[in-house]
Amino acid sequence: MDATVSFTLNGKNVSAETTGATLLVDLLRNHFGLTGAHVGCDTSQCGACVIHVDGVSVKSCTMLAAQADGSTVETIEGLAANGELHPVQQAFHEHHALQCGFCTPGMIMSAVDLLRRNPRPSEVEVRDWLEGNMCRCTGYHNIVKAVRAAAVAMGEQAS
Amino acid sequence: MREFNYYRAGSVRDAAKRLGASGNAMLLAGGMTLLPALKMRLNEPGELIDLAGIDELRGVKLTRKGAHIGATTTHAEVAGNVELRAAVPVLPHAAESIGDPQVRNRGTLGGSLANNDPAADYPAVALALGATIFTNKRKISADDFFVGMFETALGRGEVVTQVLFPKPQRAGYAKFPNPATRYALVGVCVAQFKTGVRVAVTGAGASVYRLPEFEDALDADFSEVALDGLTASAANLNDDMHAGADYRAHLVSVMARRAVSLALD
Repeated sequence: MDATVSFTLNGKNVSAETTGATLLVDLLRNHFGLTGAHVGCDTSQCGACVIHVDGVSVKSCTMLAAQADGSTVETIEGLAANGELHPVQQAFHEHHALQCGFCTPGMIMSAVDLLRRNPRPSEVEVRDWLEGNMCRCTGYHNIVKAVRAAAVAMGEQAS
Repeated sequence: MREFNYYRAGSVRDAAKRLGASGNAMLLAGGMTLLPALKMRLNEPGELIDLAGIDELRGVKLTRKGAHIGATTTHAEVAGNVELRAAVPVLPHAAESIGDPQVRNRGTLGGSLANNDPAADYPAVALALGATIFTNKRKISADDFFVGMFETALGRGEVVTQVLFPKPQRAGYAKFPNPATRYALVGVCVAQFKTGVRVAVTGAGASVYRLPEFEDALDADFSEVALDGLTASAANLNDDMHAGADYRAHLVSVMARRAVSLALD
């Protein structure tokens, strides 16, 4: 049953022994100690476990570790570069886009994927995109503001 | 989830052989339905055969016959395909309405059809467009493919490889999503071909089905008004905590009108 999975994790090549039924989120949390991706609902509804695999956002509670073999995996821990918060992280901080913070890593990873595809999303587009991320502190309003502010900040950085 | 063996297939032949030889293996594509089902222990396969590494199963190709879409093409790939948006816009439109972005990034066309969830979106589009489902063994028309709740004509050791969607003159898909899951409480796909109109309903019954009365009315006059006075029967429709059978029947005629309106847009 055991097999070795190897992938790129936040820029580093890693390997781990795992079983067929091990979920990617469990491998990240329990083996690699990356506890930013949260297990909220464990049924692919809530989005607290969102990470990026090969550049697109996925729910890591609904993916097997074995499916990630050979992939490029990015988690919230890999987002800040050189000690500087990513613009989306910075915007969440500035716009008070979190209360308890449980949903935040998934929200941010999801938003980063949105901004890669759509650098200037409208409010409706942000809300549509965050369909798969739930915030039980009902903080959506500030989350949407933060994502749109991050879009502006990233646009300024790029120009 | 109970433990199982994971096997990444190198080719369709390899997957089919392994599937046929095993007593309790299952195919894994995006896993968006299968993995949650395994967590609930609705099934206990001894092995999952992953199709993700098989390049020939992935991609979109347009020909004179229509849109050929590989079985493991994701909903996001269909939704974002520029050629499809121009040629058969009902497909990307329907794909974009499935689940949420992360589900669309992993979930696949073949997985959705093979699972035949009574509330899935793709079965309605496949049936309304008169799609052909290709497997490693044969081709199956959508009219024969969807057998019942979570049941298809697929046999043992059979792997969906691609789906051919004929290009309609006009088509629209409208759904009333369950606000929590985004599954279709009721979804209706209407497609007009030179040979006639086809109307398919998902979410309302045990499996996707056609509406001959609506098809006849739209054959005579492809407009919303043509559906005036037509009602769908509530007999044998799903009746659960989300919606009663009467309400679903009501939604069928409302979604059919919206689908016609989208087709005419």
